Amino acid sequence: MDVPLWLLAIIAFGVINFMLISASVLVYAERKVSAYMQNRPGPNRVGPAGFLQPFADVFKLMFKEDVAPRAASPFVHSLAPVIMVVIAMTVPAMIPFARGVVIVDNSVTVLIILALTSVSVYGVTMAGWSSNSKFSLLGGLRSSAQMISYELSMGLAVASVVLLAGSLSVVEIVEDQSVGGAVLGWNVFRNPLGALIFVITAFAETNRAPFDLPEAEQELVGGYHTEYSGMKFGMFFLAEYVNWFVASFVIVTLFFGGYLLPFEPQILAAYPGLEGSVGLGLLQALCLLVKVGFFVFLFLWVRWTLPRFKYNQLMEIGWKVMLPAALVNVLLIAIAVAVFMG
Amino acid sequence: MLAESLFVMLGTLSVIGALGMLIARNPVSSALWLILTLFCVAGLYLTLSAEFIAVVQVLVYAGAIMVLFLFVIMLLNLGTMPTMKGVGWKKAVGFVLCVVVLTQLVLIGATGLDLLPATEVVDVANAGSATTIAKSLFTRYALAFEVIGILLLVATIGAVMLAKRRFA
Amino acid sequence: MDLAGAYEGILFDVAGGFTLLLLMTAGVVCIVWDIFSNDDPVLPVLAAMTCVVAAGWEVRGLDAGSSTAFYDLIRAYGLTSYINITLLISALVSIVLSVPYLNRIRRGYGEVYALILFATAGAVMLASANSLVTVFVGLETMSIALYILVGLVRQGGGGIESALKYFLLGAFSTGFFLYGIALLYGATGTMILPDLAAGFEARGSMMLLFWAGVALFLVGFLFKVSAVPFHMWTPDVYQGAPTPLTGYMSTASKAAAFAALILVLYYGLGDLAATKWQTALAVVALVTMVGGNIFALVQNNVKRMLAYSSVAHAGYVLVALVAGTGEGYAGAAYYLLIYSFMNLGAFGVMALLEWDQKEGSEQTIDSLSGVGLRKPILGVVMTVFMFSLIGFPPFGGFFGKIAVFAPAIEAGFTWLVIVGVLASALSGYYYLRVLYVFWMRPQSWSAPQVQAHKFPVPSLSAAVLVACAVVLTVIGFVPVVRDLPMVYFDVAFTGGTP
Repeated sequence: MDVPLWLLAIIAFGVINFMLISASVLVYAERKVSAYMQNRPGPNRVGPAGFLQPFADVFKLMFKEDVAPRAASPFVHSLAPVIMVVIAMTVPAMIPFARGVVIVDNSVTVLIILALTSVSVYGVTMAGWSSNSKFSLLGGLRSSAQMISYELSMGLAVASVVLLAGSLSVVEIVEDQSVGGAVLGWNVFRNPLGALIFVITAFAETNRAPFDLPEAEQELVGGYHTEYSGMKFGMFFLAEYVNWFVASFVIVTLFFGGYLLPFEPQILAAYPGLEGSVGLGLLQALCLLVKVGFFVFLFLWVRWTLPRFKYNQLMEIGWKVMLPAALVNVLLIAIAVAVFMG
Repeated sequence: MLAESLFVMLGTLSVIGALGMLIARNPVSSALWLILTLFCVAGLYLTLSAEFIAVVQVLVYAGAIMVLFLFVIMLLNLGTMPTMKGVGWKKAVGFVLCVVVLTQLVLIGATGLDLLPATEVVDVANAGSATTIAKSLFTRYALAFEVIGILLLVATIGAVMLAKRRFA
Repeated sequence: MDLAGAYEGILFDVAGGFTLLLLMTAGVVCIVWDIFSNDDPVLPVLAAMTCVVAAGWEVRGLDAGSSTAFYDLIRAYGLTSYINITLLISALVSIVLSVPYLNRIRRGYGEVYALILFATAGAVMLASANSLVTVFVGLETMSIALYILVGLVRQGGGGIESALKYFLLGAFSTGFFLYGIALLYGATGTMILPDLAAGFEARGSMMLLFWAGVALFLVGFLFKVSAVPFHMWTPDVYQGAPTPLTGYMSTASKAAAFAALILVLYYGLGDLAATKWQTALAVVALVTMVGGNIFALVQNNVKRMLAYSSVAHAGYVLVALVAGTGEGYAGAAYYLLIYSFMNLGAFGVMALLEWDQKEGSEQTIDSLSGVGLRKPILGVVMTVFMFSLIGFPPFGGFFGKIAVFAPAIEAGFTWLVIVGVLASALSGYYYLRVLYVFWMRPQSWSAPQVQAHKFPVPSLSAAVLVACAVVLTVIGFVPVVRDLPMVYFDVAFTGGTP
């Protein structure tokens, strides 16, 4: 489909703003959900039910003084949060929001997502190093070790999906999940181990609890962003929430049918007028958001329920459990593809 | 035209990155410059419409290898090398002029002796796609591919053996 | 490309790459076996058996005409079989000699034997290269396995030094090598060696790219064979490495690199090489022979002396390559076979005579006084090896030197050969010095560390060393070994494709 450039630009603008707004909604969601999980009210002063709290936070951050350590490397120190945000905001370009609604569609979009994920560690590492503080450095070190360890399993989980779809394009992977009619074609049913591995590694790659060692407050003050303040800190904050949101999008897109409606062929058979209409597109986008909403909640749920791993546990899980499991999974999927689809 | 201007831009940037890597006095800065170069090279692949190679370049070099590099450099906490002293702007300008003149001389000499390769346009429309690469990897270069597997195994064994074996 | 057809073709080619595939499989089996039964004494037996089987297979291929396999990636049979036998013998002898040695220094790890097999697989791939890709992959596989083997002993400092030196300089040379390959590919548009010249002609006006590529490529090779401007690493690396593995390194890796160089010169550069690169190679050969021998004169440690002597021997082989004729290449192949026996033997003897607790890296030649009288077997075989290394008539080295020098004279490089002969005469000093110390010095076995260790000579090692000595004594009188490589370059027999 040949979408004119101006339309793409509008969509991209919309997506970026959607992500920005979502981040503040997510901040609110996190604070509220965690509050309910801990049996306390959470923010309730700013706006109705405290809904404007995140916006107040943003204003607070914007008006704060930007303090950087004197021994910090100024350029890298400023670059790090920018990298984090830019990379976090780039991934949605590869996510199809409804059939045909995607900003970038070429033959290797899955790999681009993986590449962006692996590059995002630079934001953390550079922040950790350039701050010239031991807490930051430890956070940066932990982050790069963690990313490297879990990227392998993540890549292998994605490889199993790619094997099933026979394509490296995200759009084709989503469409490939429409086989089997209802929901059985979704990769989570065809490739459950891969889905599990991917979800776990997504937690690790976004530095969310229980994998939040790079910013472990109890030991490292704030981890890699200890020495950041003002809007630079705000950008890390933003990137973290966008990452979390985007990770949910990627999980849903690769393993839970993306924008596909459950029982889509049946619905289309019942309402033939829906085929190819804007209504179907809206339904698909809504469906995608509902699925994403679940995973957003899952991230919160896990964060406020499970304790953080120790460093040695982190490494053991990554190298001794996830990696072998991911390898076996790829092998099984490859055999299955060769036997049943070859 | 777009491809050419992109080539010039990315090429210049990658050379700047390479120079920066050499000149930088701090190992971490060096590594960061190198990452810039790697990204620019990936961009150059893109201008050749070799999307797969470009993404793999970022994924493997920038995403994995350089992260490990940074990790090790930061872990070792290497100090900054002594800065060069007494390089005034006169010397810098002189150096740049020398480089320009030398380039011109080499270029003139090479053209005069007919040593320069002729520019040619290669059809790369499909050469960089994952399918093409996979097919030649598993047929034409199957043996080399397998032996590279052994090579990686050897490297892994070596790393584990040299690092972990308890020597009596 | 039709995939099903392609796989059938690959299956058909398995016979051609049998040695390579067998070595890789056996290496993987060794590693997996080692996981379940750590440092199992069966592993070296398995590795040795693999070499024997593979060598048997290659003997079958000696008479067959050369062919290519795996989409022209490698060559099989003919000259390749000849070189592969050399490599396999070298691996076999090293494995047998390594077992008691490594057990004595408590490094008898199962991985070592797998690594030797992998290194040999890399060497075989390098020696049967028909494509720049194969050259590079084979070279890297071999080198990386060797880096690890060199660094096997690391608490003394010497092992670390030699492993690091080897690794860093090797990585540098690989960089040159790879850059050369890239330029060659750019200039010719092909990776297949026999197509290089044609591709160069077809593209036209790629002079700079092509010759720069060839130069960088040669630098990589000359590093691996330790020719003189690129030889600096050799003595330090040989000195610190475990001695039987030094023997392996000095023979197999050198033979494989030379074999690949022969293939590149013969197929890839063809007449181009004869016109343009003879002079450059001749200069390198000259300085290598002279330099290697002169440096060897002043060494007081036998391993260092043997290292410089191996530099000098690389020079002799280069003389044969300078000739640029079929006889020259055949002579080089023959010399490499003989050289493998001599050098493996010499390092094997030294491996049994180490009592400095540092893998012989600090042992002076004087500490070996009277060894010949105390251990007559070692003394006698060492005598054979030393005389052969000098190139003394009844032994193999003499016939080898004839085989490398005669073609150079025919090709008009008499001056080079004269220098070579003078250099070998010079080498007599340091080789005979070893024998003098062995036989004519009073015994100095009073040192306490020597007394503490009785240093028995394991019967298997002795048997292998004696076998090497016997082979060296008789090989010159078996003309078929010498003439065989000639046949491969005989146009009437092969149509010009060994």
